[in-house]
Amino acid sequence: MCQECGCNSGAKVGNHPHDHSHEHHKDDHGPASVPLTLDVNRSLLEKNDGLAARNRDLFHAKKLLVVNVVSSPGSGKTTFIRETAVQLAGKLRIGVIVGDLATDNDAARLRTAGIPVVQITTGTMCHLEANMIAKAAAQLDLDQLDVLVIENVGNLVCPADFDLGEDLRVVLLSTTEGEDKPLKYPPMFHSAHVAVINKCDLATAAGFNRDLALANLKRISHHAQIFEVSAKTGDGMKAWLDYLEEQRTRS
Amino acid sequence: MAVESAQAAGADRISVLRLRVGTLSGAVPEALEFAWDVVRVGTAAATARLEIESVPAACWCATCAAEFECADFFYECPRCHNVSGDLRRGRELDIASVELN
Repeated sequence: MCQECGCNSGAKVGNHPHDHSHEHHKDDHGPASVPLTLDVNRSLLEKNDGLAARNRDLFHAKKLLVVNVVSSPGSGKTTFIRETAVQLAGKLRIGVIVGDLATDNDAARLRTAGIPVVQITTGTMCHLEANMIAKAAAQLDLDQLDVLVIENVGNLVCPADFDLGEDLRVVLLSTTEGEDKPLKYPPMFHSAHVAVINKCDLATAAGFNRDLALANLKRISHHAQIFEVSAKTGDGMKAWLDYLEEQRTRS
Repeated sequence: MAVESAQAAGADRISVLRLRVGTLSGAVPEALEFAWDVVRVGTAAATARLEIESVPAACWCATCAAEFECADFFYECPRCHNVSGDLRRGRELDIASVELN
C-alpha cells in the first residue's frame, strides 16, 4: 500500500505532488474530509514496562533477587522486611527501597537495624513506578547486596499494575484485616507469587478464620506460595526465609 | 502517545481515540471517560471522542483443550471446574487506533 499519500494506516497525512500513478488503490481515495484511521496498538503501560525490563536486566546482571512487597497500610510490611533482613544476616545481604507518600519513618526503622535503605517519598502518588526504582537503586551499592526488597506504598489497588522489574511479588495479608481481602482486591492478590498471612499471633484476638482466609487466598492466588507468620514473634518465619534463600540460589 | 503517533503521521488533530480495555485490566471504563475530559484539554485530541472497546477475559483450559470466558480472577473452567493459569485475553490497556482529520 502507498506510504506517501495517506490512504493507509501509518501513512503520512496531507497533500503531496500527484506526479505518480495511483492505479493500485485509486478507489481508496475519498474526499479530503474523510477521516483516516491510524493503528496504534500500543499499551498505555509500555513506558513503565520498558523501564521495568531495563531494571530487571540490571538486577539480573548484578545477580540480585528483587522482591516487591505489597499490602494495605498497616499489614506489617516494614516489620516483616526488617525481620527477614535481620534473620538472614550473615547469609544474605539485603537492601531495601521504601515507598511512602510522606515521612521517612519506615526507612528509619530499617536503618536502626543496620539495613541499607533508600526512602522514596511519592508525595501524592499511591504506588511506585519503575523509573523511581531505577533512581533509588542507583543510590545503593548493588554489588554489595544479594537481595533487594522494595516496600511498596501501602495500597492494594494501583501497585498491581506497575511492574518494577522484580522477580517476586509478595502480598501481605494480616489477621486483623479480615479474611476477605483477596476477594475484595483480586488483581493484587492474583498477581502475587507469594502470599504471606502476617500477625498470626493476633489471630485469636481478631477472630480470624484461618480456613476461610486460606480458601480465599487459594481461590484468587491459586499459583502463589502461602506462608503464615508473625514477623513480630518470629513464628513461621523460617519457612519463608528458607524459601527466599532457595529463590536467591535459583536466580 | 496518541498525539505523538498522530504528529508522526503528519496530522495535527485527532477526532477519535480508540482504547482496547480488557475486563481484567484493572482499568474502569467510567474512570477512563472521566479522566479523558481532563487529559485531552490543550492537546491535538482536545475535541476528540473516546471510544472504548471492552475485551472479555478468556482463559485456556488444557483439560478441555478449549477457551472459556472468565468474568473474574478465579479462572475456573465452567466445564471441568479445573483452575487455569493461562489467561489469553483480558489484561489489555492499549491505544488501538486514532482517527485523524
